[in-house]
Amino acid sequence: MDVTLRVQRFDPEAADPKPFWEDFTVSIEDNGTVLDALMKVREDFDGTFSLRCSCRSSICGSCAMRINGHAGLACKTQAKDALQNGVITVEPAGNMPVVKDLVVNFDLFWDKIMQVEPYLKPEGPEPEAEYIASNEAMLHLSGVTACIMCGACVSDCTVLEVDPTFLGPAALAKAYRFTADPRDGDEKGVSKDRLVELTKPSGMWDCTRCMECVQACPKGVAPMDRIMALRDQAISAGFHNTNGARHTEAFSDSVEHSGWLDELRLVPKSVGLTNVSALIGYAPIAIQALTHGKMPPIIHKKIEKAENVRKIFDKVDGPEQH
Amino acid sequence: MLEHDVLVIGAGLAGMRAAIAARAGGATTAIISKVHPVRSHSNAAQGGINAALTDRGDEWEDHAYDTVKGSDFLGDQDAIEVMCKAAGQALIDMEHFGVTFNRDDEGRLGTRAFGGQRRARTFFVGDFTGQALLHVMFEQLIKSGVRRYEEWFVSSLIIEDGQVCGVMALEMRTGQVYAIRAKKVIFCTGGFGRVFEPSTNALICTGDGIALAYNAGAELMDMEMVQYHPTTLAGSGVLISEAARGEGAYLLDKDGNRFMEKYAPNMMELASRDVVSRAEQTEINAGNGENGCVYLDCRHLGEALIMEKLSQIREIGIDLVGCDMIKEPIPIRPGMHYAMGGIRTNVDGQTNLPGVYAAGETACVSVHGGNRLGANSLLDTIVFGERSGNHAAEASRSDDYVEFDVDQALRNEVKRIQDLLNRPANGDRIAAVRLAMGESMNRNLAVYRNEAGMKETLGDLKEVAKRYETVPVENKGKIFNTDLIFALELGFMIDCATPIAMSALDRKDSRGAQARTDYPNRDDENWMKHLVFKKGEVGPELSYAPVSITQWTPEERKY
Repeated sequence: MDVTLRVQRFDPEAADPKPFWEDFTVSIEDNGTVLDALMKVREDFDGTFSLRCSCRSSICGSCAMRINGHAGLACKTQAKDALQNGVITVEPAGNMPVVKDLVVNFDLFWDKIMQVEPYLKPEGPEPEAEYIASNEAMLHLSGVTACIMCGACVSDCTVLEVDPTFLGPAALAKAYRFTADPRDGDEKGVSKDRLVELTKPSGMWDCTRCMECVQACPKGVAPMDRIMALRDQAISAGFHNTNGARHTEAFSDSVEHSGWLDELRLVPKSVGLTNVSALIGYAPIAIQALTHGKMPPIIHKKIEKAENVRKIFDKVDGPEQH
Repeated sequence: MLEHDVLVIGAGLAGMRAAIAARAGGATTAIISKVHPVRSHSNAAQGGINAALTDRGDEWEDHAYDTVKGSDFLGDQDAIEVMCKAAGQALIDMEHFGVTFNRDDEGRLGTRAFGGQRRARTFFVGDFTGQALLHVMFEQLIKSGVRRYEEWFVSSLIIEDGQVCGVMALEMRTGQVYAIRAKKVIFCTGGFGRVFEPSTNALICTGDGIALAYNAGAELMDMEMVQYHPTTLAGSGVLISEAARGEGAYLLDKDGNRFMEKYAPNMMELASRDVVSRAEQTEINAGNGENGCVYLDCRHLGEALIMEKLSQIREIGIDLVGCDMIKEPIPIRPGMHYAMGGIRTNVDGQTNLPGVYAAGETACVSVHGGNRLGANSLLDTIVFGERSGNHAAEASRSDDYVEFDVDQALRNEVKRIQDLLNRPANGDRIAAVRLAMGESMNRNLAVYRNEAGMKETLGDLKEVAKRYETVPVENKGKIFNTDLIFALELGFMIDCATPIAMSALDRKDSRGAQARTDYPNRDDENWMKHLVFKKGEVGPELSYAPVSITQWTPEERKY
């Protein structure tokens, strides 16, 4: 099968280093992968073409890149499935500076991983044999430790695109792998310390739930789901006094009691009623909403049959909590 | 000047374990790797790690006997005893480090059956045990404070008057060449899989450490013993874990017969790997396969078990050959997988070169002899990685750095690399030279071997070596020049290929992974010995070393 690759290239040593596009047509097996095609380019056409790749079986995490605009592993993507109008478009992973061609600089990626102190911190004496833990708990964690640190989630994270200080999906999923591990510290000690750090700005509450990381992850880790689980842990552990936690609680309170969202009161409840400077910061948005006729109603009425929504909450949380 | 008491080359499981141990032993320690540590090939170990845990009624002696038998009595029994005795603690250490091992109903570590062993003693994380271990080891490496040189390529070993002084290395992101001084150097650079085409091995498995040490005068041992794994995927040759058979999968010929009945009536699909691979190849050669493959059938295991314990290999089947093992048998064949041989070491990782150590697949202790048991490779890396690190740290305490002319060494290395880059185009390509070598090795040094074939390959290798002297490097740049790296790696691979073929040709019997059609029987009287290779003044020098036998008398192997 012949496939045409449209590859974004970059030579940092060129006189005027700028990304440019180059097309290659190569012949591969019918069930060949995008990586097979890229390797053909490197081996048979152009030795100056650089990319990272190693295992060819989705386990080393080297070959994450953007294929037709979305991050994935080249070795896990069948070329025939990626053809769009006869062409496969290949770019380096996003949100990381390009070193050369498809090779990106992972320094920031690893810095963020380091920030979550990514190693088990057991408290108390070690058992002589293994720690006793349920298979379910370990299988759940293995779903997260299946992360191969390929950077696909970071590449397509829409928050990182605008805020490079965000810890990002890979590091937060890695953090969850420890906070959810029954062997890692207890709630008063290590786990609490971890959550203190993770609830700070640029942490778990900065995710906008866009789902891009869940789609990009080639290993089913679903980083966003892990971030949501971190939020649950934080609120359960009593970390109510953060914008994110307040936002979540205000959102949930409103829907529970009136059946829909009271947008007008959501902002002050989230940032805090006494947080005048932050409230003033929202003024331009409020004015814009007003001039565009999108100001939410000042009196927030219950929807019809709001009690049915309440019943849903009761079903999920149990009625005794209300 | 960059200098460290202990410098570990290669950051897979053996390398990181060695570095952590050396650091814990008080040595200033660094680890250098041509890829980021978590990209290392230890990732690819899928099925598990063996250990006999006494608190559940297993005995290390039983594990050791299975290993000795698996090795076809070529493994050194004293070394095997060391490994199997240490296995339990090594496993528990990994659990305490944070590995998320699958559990049994009581919350204790769960086991699965694996080939060539009489009881289930393989501990596992789904079917990605190697990846789980590698990432946890990296976590511990971060915690340990070991200095990391990531994406640095070691291009030469510096030896002065028989003493190791350090290495020359290329920082790939800048193209800058550095000298790094070290009192002790530990090679943990993995195997040489890419010498063969196809191979289950990652593209980085190019025998770097074996070649560097050999060229500096280190002895290589058991190089003829190359494992062909029974279940590699049609086409790309990617690995499908033995865990599938461990969980109960069948091997079928094209008519659906479980042919292992004929070859290993007791252990069936779970006979040792050399036995299963030979059975498959015999069936394929007899016309009972299809497109050069037989089939691995997992359908009767059920979707739930496959999704819990074999989900990664299921994905590989779907991604690479469009075949879902829940619904249909997948086409597999024997494929080059593992080097039992390597740099000859003692149980502390020491080689014949003072200050030079080796551990993991790079090394030959020899605990695997003629054939490695599945799930003994992860164990090997951790046990001997740790022992090497401990020993090197201790030994470095009383030693000083060996002086050498750093400027001269830098000038020589820069010139050597520049000479490579300056070669004029001649129409040849690095990948083409490697392919010629790989295909010849896979044709004549595979499951079945004979004299004529191996001589043909030795001829091919001379031709390959000649082409290597002039093959051009197309990329002349400094920054992330993978073309240059491939050229250097190809040199290492060619250095490994010749000892493999020469050893195999010299050994005139069939034992473990070596099955010669012209010498089909095991000949203990003449060939129960190790073949040792060393670089001599004029060429490779071959000698023999005795096999250590402690408590298990060699006997005929039946499964």
